[in-house]
Amino acid sequence: MEIIRLKDIQFAYPGRSPLFRALSFSFSAGERIGIMGPNGAGKTTLLQLMVGLLKPQAGEVIIFGRPRRDENDFYEVRRRIGLLFQDPDDQLFCPTVEEEIAFGLLNLGIPRKQLPGLIKEVLSLVGLEGFEKRVTYKLSGGEKRLVALASVLAMRPEVLLLDEPTGDLDPKNTERLVNILNRLSLSYIVVSHDKNFLEKVTSSILWFENERFLPLNAVHR
Amino acid sequence: MFEESLAEGRSFLHQLDPRVKVVVAFSYAIIVALSSHLLSLIWAGLFVGFLFVLAQLEPRRVLRQVLVANYFILLLVIVLPFTYPGKVLYSVGPLSLTKEGAIYALHIFLKSNLILTCLVLLLSTSSVFTIAHALHHLHVSEKLVQLIFFSFRYVHVIHREYQKLMAAIKLRGFVPRTNLHTYKTYAYLVSSLLIKSYDRSERVYKAMLCRGFKGVFPTYKHFKMQRKDKLFALGAAFYLIFLILWAF
Repeated sequence: MEIIRLKDIQFAYPGRSPLFRALSFSFSAGERIGIMGPNGAGKTTLLQLMVGLLKPQAGEVIIFGRPRRDENDFYEVRRRIGLLFQDPDDQLFCPTVEEEIAFGLLNLGIPRKQLPGLIKEVLSLVGLEGFEKRVTYKLSGGEKRLVALASVLAMRPEVLLLDEPTGDLDPKNTERLVNILNRLSLSYIVVSHDKNFLEKVTSSILWFENERFLPLNAVHR
Repeated sequence: MFEESLAEGRSFLHQLDPRVKVVVAFSYAIIVALSSHLLSLIWAGLFVGFLFVLAQLEPRRVLRQVLVANYFILLLVIVLPFTYPGKVLYSVGPLSLTKEGAIYALHIFLKSNLILTCLVLLLSTSSVFTIAHALHHLHVSEKLVQLIFFSFRYVHVIHREYQKLMAAIKLRGFVPRTNLHTYKTYAYLVSSLLIKSYDRSERVYKAMLCRGFKGVFPTYKHFKMQRKDKLFALGAAFYLIFLILWAF
């Protein structure tokens, strides 16, 4: 089943030359793909277009079989497709870990009674048992990353978009993330510069440059 | 710098319902600010002393926070006695100290310190997030609450950004002097901070949208008004009425 389809997307940031003129991309359920590419190729932009944080100037964004245009269309999309930001500090804004994770759940209208259980469950999923009362801005970089991931996973998305998830992780935490991702039964797209990491968590790696996706093997050696 | 170290504790004041704290602190501040008798300020001081006992915090840590604000009123308190018209008590050359000016300065000094100490004791003993929740429950405008909360949360981030930039500037041999180069460097620093914080606020907003944010702040923990909260509120109400009678 096709989940994400981008068709002839045209996109430019205000006042700059077009980043995409006719970009097309397709992603189906069950896939786990890694995307590599040079700086400024538009990898983050690509992910943000998929969840409607950026809107294309032309072309079609079809998610779960329906064309998506305005904020209301994307509200449902964002619930089912979780995006992990490049910098966890952008994502964490609540003082404690439990409130951070509760934020998304409360937005979904999940009853307060169920929250403690759900929070506990998702924290143990990312290996941060007992972190409920910890203060988010006093956590280490790696812990922040995992809390941000937990806050996305708590909403039970069907697809995960990860934007350079290993940027601030040491080898041990990277290994932890590998284990977490391999244990999940989710489809995901991972953008990263870390080929080693991508090989461990994805089934295919694409090289993204000049609006085109090519298998990595075809590009490098 | 922006740590909420005073909020960590288990005293009576720490556990008091934040709604009661906000209302009492706000009323106290207004009454003290408007009171016109020196004697009422002594009564007001009694309350601060009482709060000190309830908070069980090291007085030095509290007073250090209050001291910072005194830099702002210092100038006023020094200049006022010499510039206010009234009965001259003392003359040094062209300067003359007036009785009315001295009393006025004393009023300002006492009032601001009393109000600040009371605010620090009542509000800093809760986390900012709890205070934000309390404001929500007191039906303060949603926009205002979000403004207060995010200002606090991101002042911390911007401060760290500032330290990073400042370190980078110093590493390249920058020494502040009174010259154009220095002013220009500071101007660049400020503008870069502004742009960076704008960018960040946009990313934060996007991250919130990704988690289903629709403009309302859902509160996770609810407070419950307990017996001791009601008793404190009642006692404080009687005391504040008493203070009003003395104040005017």
